[in-house]
Amino acid sequence: MLQLLELVLVFAPLSLVAVGGANTVLPDIHRQVVLTHGWMSETDFANAFVLAQAVPGPNILVVSLIGWQVAGLAGAIIAIVAMCAPSTILALLLARALGNLRLARWRRVLQAGLAPLTIGLMLASGLVLARSADHTVVSVGLTIITTAILLRTKLHPLLLMAGGAVLGLAGLT
Amino acid sequence: MQPSLVQLFTGFLEIALSGFGGVLAWAHRGLVERRAWLSEREFAELLALSQMLPGGNIINMAVFVGNRFHGLRGVVVALAGLMVAPFCLVLVLHGLLSGPGLAQFSQPALRGAAPVVAGLTLATGLKMLRAYRWTPRDAACGVLTLVSIVVFQLPLLLVLAVLAPLNVALARRKTAG
Repeated sequence: MLQLLELVLVFAPLSLVAVGGANTVLPDIHRQVVLTHGWMSETDFANAFVLAQAVPGPNILVVSLIGWQVAGLAGAIIAIVAMCAPSTILALLLARALGNLRLARWRRVLQAGLAPLTIGLMLASGLVLARSADHTVVSVGLTIITTAILLRTKLHPLLLMAGGAVLGLAGLT
Repeated sequence: MQPSLVQLFTGFLEIALSGFGGVLAWAHRGLVERRAWLSEREFAELLALSQMLPGGNIINMAVFVGNRFHGLRGVVVALAGLMVAPFCLVLVLHGLLSGPGLAQFSQPALRGAAPVVAGLTLATGLKMLRAYRWTPRDAACGVLTLVSIVVFQLPLLLVLAVLAPLNVALARRKTAG
């Protein structure tokens, strides 16, 4: 029971600041789940994120894997609901309270003010994930090469993930 | 075109299950091109709104579309269509991969794929960085966010509580003046 409450306390507040989705709050999820609560190891955390990326659907689903680890099925359900409900209620209230016209000006102001933070957080997510996942020279190289390839080509990310998995199976990472 | 509740559910189920990697391209295909629930312009407006609000973009889209056609019931049905199948899938896959027999293969495979996912996230951030027109104030704000999270590992809520109102207020003054 206490663990379910802790899951709510971790995810519900983050729900309200997750502008841009799961990636912007990932560093803080990592901080609380791995460093503060010790629910998962660095490797388990990185693996859970990979799995959530590999499965079709919103990648916020990583929180259900964290919930599962902490408290089984109830934990998985509580975690995803805690992560989605507050932002959903906010969106619903906004959609009902304000017409698009009145939002237009605020949208410009908010976008201009929040975009630099969102970009900073996205890069922070990448670095935190790399810190969790990259323990060898090869894996660091793999992160750098992947980044370079994706900046230059439109190659599908799943192909690169499959390539990484093959390298891992070959015992190279 | 006015979808029924069942159509809302299956529509978002299809978007969720086709969305390997990038759900948004499939959302456009599903909502605008195939079903014409939204016009191009409505899609762009709702997407912009979804992006500035907290929560996943596609999740907020489901909230807006569900609400528009069927109110609260529509929201619940659209979200269920979007989330239930991927939720089950990710848990089942996790169970299979960590079970006996497969774990010896899945662990090294995940260990190999994880650096790629880190690179994927970094590349997304760098693309956003490249596309954005930076002012010195914005750049300072972005760097401050990055450093306080990665280097000092400060709580996100604290960082945002300080930086977000500050930068929004400064952006507002500029837009107004």
